[in-house]
Amino acid sequence: MDIQAILSQLSFAAENPRKMLEEQLAQGKKVVGCFPSYTPEELVDAAGMVPFGVWGAQMEPYLAKKYLPVFACPILQSSLEMGLSGKLDGLSAVVIPTLCDTFRCITQDWLAGVPHIPMIPVSYPQNRTDAGIRFLRSEFAVVKGKLEEVCGHPITDEDIKKSIRVYNEHTAVMREFTAVANEHLDIIDPVMRHHVMKSAWFMPKAEHTRLMRELVTALKATQPTCFKGRRVLLSGIAAEPDSLLQILTDNNVAVVGDDLAQESRQYTAPIPEGQGDPLLRLAGKWRGQLCSLAHDEGKGRVDMLVDMANVTSADGMIFCQMKFCDPEEYDYPLISRALKEIGVPTLCLEVDQQPGSTEQIRTRLQTFAEMLG
Amino acid sequence: MEEKVTQAAPGAAPQKPKKPLPKSRIMVGEQLAKLYQDTIDAKARGEKIGWSASIFPQEIAEALGLYIVYPENQAAGLAARHQSDDLLAHAEAAGYNMDICSYARTSLAYMDTLTAESNNMPKPDFVLCCNNICNQLTKWFENLAHQFQVPMFLIDTVYNYDPCASEEKVKYVRAQIDDLIHGLEEISGKKMDYDKLTEVMRISQRNKDLWREANELLAAKPAPLAGFDLFNYMSCMVCNRGKESTTAVLEQLISEIKENIAQGKSTFPVEEEYRVFWEGIACWPYLGHTFKTLKKYGINMVATGYVNAWGLEYEPGDLDGLARAYIDLPNNNNNLETVVARRIEAHKKFQVDGTIYHVNRSCKVMDCQQYETQRRISEATGIPFTSFDGDQADFRAYSEAQYETRIQGLVEVMEQRKKEREGGKG
Ligand code: SF4
Ligand code: SF4
Repeated sequence: MDIQAILSQLSFAAENPRKMLEEQLAQGKKVVGCFPSYTPEELVDAAGMVPFGVWGAQMEPYLAKKYLPVFACPILQSSLEMGLSGKLDGLSAVVIPTLCDTFRCITQDWLAGVPHIPMIPVSYPQNRTDAGIRFLRSEFAVVKGKLEEVCGHPITDEDIKKSIRVYNEHTAVMREFTAVANEHLDIIDPVMRHHVMKSAWFMPKAEHTRLMRELVTALKATQPTCFKGRRVLLSGIAAEPDSLLQILTDNNVAVVGDDLAQESRQYTAPIPEGQGDPLLRLAGKWRGQLCSLAHDEGKGRVDMLVDMANVTSADGMIFCQMKFCDPEEYDYPLISRALKEIGVPTLCLEVDQQPGSTEQIRTRLQTFAEMLG
Repeated sequence: MEEKVTQAAPGAAPQKPKKPLPKSRIMVGEQLAKLYQDTIDAKARGEKIGWSASIFPQEIAEALGLYIVYPENQAAGLAARHQSDDLLAHAEAAGYNMDICSYARTSLAYMDTLTAESNNMPKPDFVLCCNNICNQLTKWFENLAHQFQVPMFLIDTVYNYDPCASEEKVKYVRAQIDDLIHGLEEISGKKMDYDKLTEVMRISQRNKDLWREANELLAAKPAPLAGFDLFNYMSCMVCNRGKESTTAVLEQLISEIKENIAQGKSTFPVEEEYRVFWEGIACWPYLGHTFKTLKKYGINMVATGYVNAWGLEYEPGDLDGLARAYIDLPNNNNNLETVVARRIEAHKKFQVDGTIYHVNRSCKVMDCQQYETQRRISEATGIPFTSFDGDQADFRAYSEAQYETRIQGLVEVMEQRKKEREGGKG
């Protein structure tokens, strides 16, 4: 397949989650919704079911207002709305992590409002000590038991080990992609980069890995181009909608790295290798995760972004502040200060999922792009 | 009565009290002032002092004889005295979004200025955080620790989506308590005396029982106290619940309440027409207005979520029990079924006629399942409710007009129900 054919397949997946879901269902597969940002997807895969990202959608909440005040984040507003309005019907279950305050409540709202789709909650420990990781292993064991009820057969250690391999391969190829993409910023523009990254949520991982390998190989075989515009990093939960990213392209700005929960943050650490207890290995991945949702006394995320800015020679950073997302709101002042200190300016943009105009954003992005020189 | 509230609660500009303050009120005021001063003095002596979240296992630091102050208490006090507006502006100028909890914004601004009009706290040598009431605390205290470059002890209690803590969770939290003990020993250079710890746990248990008793005395009809009065004593439980001075304050308070009962008196200044349950934190900047509006209709707030907010039950000396108590107690750490069951019981015990829900702009964890909670409690009890928009410490999120209209609406329903009940009897 040529590059464009692969990219259009990935774009299609990113833009049509519901169709992707139906495709899996038509093949007789069971599909399990995985809420952001972390769920033990590997266990869903190990059960022979398909993990499917639930990242909300561009929509005005209507039914969700019965459960949530207006200041709940748009991802959970719209995800609940989809559950309530039947747009997630077909899922055999959803897995919801209790990572933030809104998430704690959403587990309960889901039980009340969407009883026809079983909900599997999972709590991640904030202290990622040995005791914390052992606790997470016990959580994963409970999730595994509940998934076994959904799939109707036991999930063996061998199944989990196989899935761990699949996921580690996927992580590796996604990291390879983000590196090689920077040599082809003409082909992998901000919207395309986002589509490639987002598509991972709506395809079985082995299939996505295969396509990504082809893409990386094809990109490597293409003459690198020297990008003449401005280079930025993206941080936040998600950079959406596409119209926002299109403004970057329009202003000759490329994305050269990201720390988005929906994108690269998933791939910062592989699952530890080894022959030991696979559930413990799976839990071990959480130890190194740098994220606003994982307690980080040393604020390693800030240092990581400073490093990323240096390594990618970024001219600026756009902080995609998901509206009403408090974990990210606490990190932003520290990140913007640290980047300023190394001469990398930051723009904080509010990201919403409700339909609306991006015109104001356009002006702010244009001004920011001009400022970058 | 509102004068007393505004003066004493961590709240509001001092006004002249009409009547002399009861002895217990003087005692609690002195106790809190002493804590702030003792902490400043300890810091000046070169001792290590800490800042702590409100429902943190205080037993450990108390047993080690460390001085601890509480940013939530600081922020509530400043808000009630209208002294936090500049701090909120400072936090926003520093890049903190207005969406963030207003206690946190107040505190993160104070972290920069270390100056406030009152409730001043010295720079901490360590911070103590427990996320059993919310995850915002984790992020807030991370930023404190980062700015001050001091260690942070996080007791992560992990949300109870099941009715109560699993054994695995208790083990995890117990391990954190052991780490806390060792960490604080190292910082302070003191060695834990486990007999002393058991004694602090015993005192804390006694205080917990007394707090509950004081609150439950308001179940009497009419209540011997204006419910808002109890806000004035919260600092006992937030900041001093492992101390014998709290035992003294609460015993004094209970004797005063019992005296009221014996004399058929109440500090509620008008006849108690209606009794309500208040869900959520008080609106500290508008304590006077929220109280006066209720008083106008003879509504006494006889119960709140604070009734059992510090009902941490454990056997003195049992550190697994301590871990379990801190996981299982706070409503915010528990699933809807558990919260609703507890609330229904309280609604019955306190014989309330209505519920007032504070949709607190600061606090997603209290708000994002509140609508379902309202429906469940009302369906189970038949008790009407209303809600209003506000914030515990940001004066911009409250509308006096909306509050008045909502309360008026509730009164109409309560009145109708009362008539029906009386008609039924007759
Ligand atoms: S972390 Fe942020 S975006 Fe994610 S659910 Fe919580 S508030 Fe919403
Ligand atoms: S008000 Fe809510 S968000 Fe703020 S500290 Fe308290 S529980 Fe947390």
